[in-house]
Amino acid sequence: MDGSGRSVRWDADVPAELLVRLRVNGVLRESRLDPRVTLLDVLRERLGLTGTKKGCDQGACGACTVLADGKRVLSCLTLAVTCEGRDVVTIEGLGTEGALHPVQQAFIARDAFQCGFCTPGQIVSAVALLAEGRAGSDAEIREFMSGNICRCGAYPNIVAAIRDVAGDLGRAAV
Amino acid sequence: MTSQGTLAVRPFEYIRAADVRQAVATAAADPAAAFLAGGTTQVDLMKDGVLGPQVLIDITNLPLRGVIAGRGLVSVGALTTMEELAAHPVVAERLPVVRQSLLLAASPQLRNMATVAGNLLQRTRCRYYRDVSCACNKRVPGSGCGALNGHHRMHAILGTSEHCIATHASDLAVALVALDAMVRIRGADRERAVPLTEFYRTPGDTPSVENVLERGELITSVEVPLLPEGTRSGYLKVRDRASYEFALASAAAALVITDGVMRDARVALGGLATVPWRARAAEDILRGAPATPETFAAAAEAALDGASPRAGNAYKVELGKRTVVRALSMVAGLPG
Repeated sequence: MDGSGRSVRWDADVPAELLVRLRVNGVLRESRLDPRVTLLDVLRERLGLTGTKKGCDQGACGACTVLADGKRVLSCLTLAVTCEGRDVVTIEGLGTEGALHPVQQAFIARDAFQCGFCTPGQIVSAVALLAEGRAGSDAEIREFMSGNICRCGAYPNIVAAIRDVAGDLGRAAV
Repeated sequence: MTSQGTLAVRPFEYIRAADVRQAVATAAADPAAAFLAGGTTQVDLMKDGVLGPQVLIDITNLPLRGVIAGRGLVSVGALTTMEELAAHPVVAERLPVVRQSLLLAASPQLRNMATVAGNLLQRTRCRYYRDVSCACNKRVPGSGCGALNGHHRMHAILGTSEHCIATHASDLAVALVALDAMVRIRGADRERAVPLTEFYRTPGDTPSVENVLERGELITSVEVPLLPEGTRSGYLKVRDRASYEFALASAAAALVITDGVMRDARVALGGLATVPWRARAAEDILRGAPATPETFAAAAEAALDGASPRAGNAYKVELGKRTVVRALSMVAGLPG
């Protein structure tokens, strides 16, 4: 990409690559990217952050949920070139093995998964839901987690885990 | 980088638009160009090979984002996200039908990405349109319609033609046609405003033409008249699962009721028609009539009058009527 924000027209079947700068989990990452590449593929295949999962790859399952500038979005429907200068947080950016995020801890305590494939997306989505103030009741949690499908059907325990964290946050605020 | 999803997409030139004038001029000059906003439809359909622009004009940095509440009018920038519009205090207080239509649509993740103008321009969920191995007059004019004698349980019963029965999928557009919203459009050499009720085209014999936009034209904002103080409004969506699903039938309704009589009434239908469907015949029955179950039933009959169901979606006639009655009962505060 030149300074005008325009890729060079591709030559036959060699698409032009663009330099894209992202902040991922607090670290500035630069990549030269084919404009067709999704944020999901950059995270998994370029940056080695395989916590974010590719489920349906068509915006239907929520397994690829990440935070972009603090908002939960689907990385499979996001072209990476459109993320220039944006701040991305993945499951790897929420906690470490020794210091889990409270939502990660609650998912373990409540056994809120079975196969685990949807879990990173569930947890990132739940972190956003709590920040949005959408955990006022089980019904509200269910509605605002509906973009994250769990084919093992761990929903009751996922709701319980989120309810636990929301309760802790509520008590902490008192 | 290896990824089926990535490699399947046809190569394109990516342009990050710096201003509206440049975006529109670039698009007007190239019939193979497309705009990219939230991408939730555009990127999805590019992966499936349904859309294959050679130039993709990223408009997400243009200054078309935000909600301005003025006297009697809410002006919504085209790039305002669905979540942002739903969260706006004036929308929450004065336009509940709009807020409900937004929050009953898609998922929080998609609502954080999808823009208001993109929502109005979203493509149908018809499986025949979305599968490039199938015949579809909307995708490939003249190729036929796989849905007519195929699986069409989700398809339209109003505004159809012998060439297309694809349903328009937007919930927001249903609320906005009920409210007489206006779409502001910028072209290469003119600016214009079109009522949303005149924006969409029923399929007729050109299903590939979905609206009045001409090449290069860009929606810059949507203007929504505020409902008069005291108006009740709401959106009812009937679907196969409780959340994160498209409508089988939906209804937007707004009523002004004094002393049990409806002084004004707006009704529009979703999930049932090829375009967001204003039900003016139903409104004529409601206006000046008592807000009773009998009136609502008569309005529902009028709303579905002229429906042309097929074998697989005949259930939508009765479902549509019941949806209208329930929506009106809900808005009027009667047991539905």
